[in-house]
Amino acid sequence: MKPYVPQYVGTVTKYVFVDSPDTTPQDIATAAYEIAQGVMIKETCFGCQITGLPEDVKRIVDHLRLLDPFRIFIKDRGFPPGDSRRCRADLGGARPGYLGHEYEMGLVRYFSHGLKETDGMTKQALKKAAGNELPVEEPLDAEILEKLFSEEE
Amino acid sequence: MAKVFIYPATSLILSDLVERFGHEPLGSAISIREHVQTPGFDSPPIQMTSEDPQKGLKWAAVEVPSGVRGRMSLYGPLVEQAEAAIIIDEPDFAFGCMGCARTNELLVFMLREKDMPRLELRYPATKEEGVTFVAKIKQFLKDLEVKHE
Repeated sequence: MKPYVPQYVGTVTKYVFVDSPDTTPQDIATAAYEIAQGVMIKETCFGCQITGLPEDVKRIVDHLRLLDPFRIFIKDRGFPPGDSRRCRADLGGARPGYLGHEYEMGLVRYFSHGLKETDGMTKQALKKAAGNELPVEEPLDAEILEKLFSEEE
Repeated sequence: MAKVFIYPATSLILSDLVERFGHEPLGSAISIREHVQTPGFDSPPIQMTSEDPQKGLKWAAVEVPSGVRGRMSLYGPLVEQAEAAIIIDEPDFAFGCMGCARTNELLVFMLREKDMPRLELRYPATKEEGVTFVAKIKQFLKDLEVKHE
């Protein structure tokens, strides 16, 4: 064991994801650089990562959201960019956590549509839309499972 | 502004929607950040130290694998802080990169046991379901606002 001295203490890191025909990750990174004022911006294939003091990061993130409000998604990241425990330059292969992002980015068009539709809704319309049920996946019937097993043989 | 625990705790969408609608999302990143920014000792494979499974004893018994207890040392404090929760039932990706199925079961159990507003839903599979999904979350978070006033 050796002493661990943390880097970037007191900072927050946010991921900015974009999935839009109008806005590219480069647009996002450029817009962030324009108002960065010393905050660390890292352009990525999906958008960018922003690392800095919480109030600075919030200022930039609020600005970026305005570029494409229904198609930009933001979340916190625990590790700073380039951290040797996460960075794939050190580890090789996909970054841990990539699969989760990949999965949700596959569904992101539904969320974008949902955000756009619910944006202008009145209180009553929102309540009505929220009252709809999301279909529950039917469990696999035992007979079908048995049939599948017998087909395998 | 309420503290809303999100499950899957690494969810991009839930984290974004909770913050977008004016609340504070509690997910893995919050406790990982605290962990990463606290000085201490390195312990291979670097991310967890031997102290973490001990901290996890508060939420999981000693015979529970240390991996579950270590993970609970990250999630447990967040669940205690949480004032509401949004849970996605059986998310496919929680099987992989969120790691441990047993931790996830324990986590969802704790969230269901705690007396707080809770929204449970599934990932959408169509655009129409996307509208329902967002509307449910928006309505839930708006109702939280009223309770907090």
